[in-house]
Amino acid sequence: MINIIDTKRKSLIHLYRGESGRIIEILGGTGFRRRLNVLGIREGQIIKIVSKQPLRGPLTISVGNSQITIGRGMANKIIVE
Amino acid sequence: MVKKIVLMGNPNVGKSVVFSRLTGAKVISSNYPGTTIDFSKGKMILDGKQVEIIDAPGTYSLEPSNKAEEVAVKMLDDADIVINVIDSTNLERNLYLTLELLERKIPIIIVLNLWDEAKHLGVDINLEEFEKIMDVPIVPTVALTGEGINVLVSKIKKAKTSENIKPTIDEGRWIEIGSIIKKVEKISHRHHTLRDRINDLTIKPLTGLPIAVIVIFFSFWLVRLIGEFLSVSIIDKIFEIAYKPLMLDFGNWLGDGIAYQILISQDFGVIEFTESLGVLTTGLYVPLAMVLPYIIAFYLMLSILEDSGYLPRLATLVDNIFHRFGMHGHGIIPLFLGFGCNVPGCLATRTLETRKQRFIAATLLAIAVPCMAQMAMIFGILGPYGLYYIGLVFLSLLIIYITVGLILNKIIKGPSPEIFLEIPPYRRPSFKVIIKKTWMRIRWFLKEAIPFLFAGVFIINILYTVGFLQWLGNTLSPIMEGLFGLPGGASIAMVTGFLRKDLAVGMLIPLNMAPLQLVIATTMLTVYFPCVAAFVVLVKELGIKDMIKSASIMLITALTVGILLRLILLGV
Repeated sequence: MINIIDTKRKSLIHLYRGESGRIIEILGGTGFRRRLNVLGIREGQIIKIVSKQPLRGPLTISVGNSQITIGRGMANKIIVE
Repeated sequence: MVKKIVLMGNPNVGKSVVFSRLTGAKVISSNYPGTTIDFSKGKMILDGKQVEIIDAPGTYSLEPSNKAEEVAVKMLDDADIVINVIDSTNLERNLYLTLELLERKIPIIIVLNLWDEAKHLGVDINLEEFEKIMDVPIVPTVALTGEGINVLVSKIKKAKTSENIKPTIDEGRWIEIGSIIKKVEKISHRHHTLRDRINDLTIKPLTGLPIAVIVIFFSFWLVRLIGEFLSVSIIDKIFEIAYKPLMLDFGNWLGDGIAYQILISQDFGVIEFTESLGVLTTGLYVPLAMVLPYIIAFYLMLSILEDSGYLPRLATLVDNIFHRFGMHGHGIIPLFLGFGCNVPGCLATRTLETRKQRFIAATLLAIAVPCMAQMAMIFGILGPYGLYYIGLVFLSLLIIYITVGLILNKIIKGPSPEIFLEIPPYRRPSFKVIIKKTWMRIRWFLKEAIPFLFAGVFIINILYTVGFLQWLGNTLSPIMEGLFGLPGGASIAMVTGFLRKDLAVGMLIPLNMAPLQLVIATTMLTVYFPCVAAFVVLVKELGIKDMIKSASIMLITALTVGILLRLILLGV
């Protein structure tokens, strides 16, 4: 579980549009982590929210020189500070 | 001995462009990940010998996550040389696959594509140092313009295995990539550009959604405008003024008889291009004068949308909606391609991850998405009665797409993962590439459609002459009449629809139906079953068992829709 009291540590979906954070952990299985990793989403990288679609829609993030659209469920497993 | 060269790389790095530069072969490339869903083969001459080159679908790693990526990884097994194409603007991310490839000990040459764009973005890569670390030849290219391709050709045979790169696990690779990047890449700060601004506007929901509506509406409006202009003002005139007298003379020379009926017209001495049902009259007029203009217009529009990079943004915006149909936003791509022709649309469902998603995408495509050829004919026969009737057909199809989608999402078992899609940067489509791509697709249409139309007109002619179709029409008349309020002859169109939908819509013309009956008939023609070309692809993609399921859904939907439309539009 994510520690909600620790305000510095939060899931990616709690960032606002335009905000950025450093990835400190990616939850989930190896397959999932690997899929994110190969697109450059991995621990230590700075990630920025480009847009958030309404009604629990996907997030578009930018990491390095690329932009990626990912679902909320996935974004929820990315922990940033 | 080098026999087989395989192009490998991440999606959307320009492998297909490099491929067509190397082989002169014509393949479709676009600005979104996953255009190449199957491999293409080509040949090139290397040292006076012919070698085979294979353009594999893009993959981020050698552990595939969808069907298209599986194809790519399989290609590797019998490769003598791998050309690893890298997006220079995204070196770090691309290197993961590169390291995996190098660990396999296959001779490799690296291509740093999009070199110009990297420079433009302030990405500076130290080539000498990079080559030293990787221990394989590296060539910078701008494949779109052809820059660097000659150097690549001259260096292909220098491809080698790397002594520096040792097999390792995920973590090790990332550490290695980190240290490589530190040594070879320098990024200078860049300012916000107009491109970033457009990106923001088109992907933020508040501005993005209205823009999406405008873009889609404008695109189809343009297709209709260009298509109608080419059809009515140019090609029809050529047929009427230049071709008709020729055919009348030819008909007189032939004299009345079976040859005349098959080649020219069922009525002696009268040629009505849309109704005569001759191989040389209707068989040519339908594809060239009624359908081709819209095909040209549609693919021109689609190519521009594809190459600009807009489609993945659209996929992001509609993700929410598509989730309700058991897919995710990427489902818009098969849908868009399907408007051109259901065959490539169906193939594009491969980029979806699970069986459930692919099944729903393919079934909805076959049920509710008319291809451009069919739409052109719908415009042609309903256009004269007014936009209202065309609107009714498309509104019905939209409602069917949504309803069937919602139901299928509930009844089809299996996981439906979330969207995970790379958004490429916007690029200005190159005029030359757009024209070339449109031309390739038109040629494909002509090659695929005309033989089928000829065969279709020919078979129908024979069936008319022996009286089979009249018999069928009479026999099915109570069903057509009783259930759908259509004349028995409409069943002939349904049979024809299996061969080609555009021809089938054309078959409705001589039946003298009321506009509302035409609405029912054309909607049902779209829904009830795919044409034979799409059917074959569906069987291949879904497998026999799922195809039977899918086909039953189509028939049930057609029946329901036919009856409902009859009740709503005709009353009782």
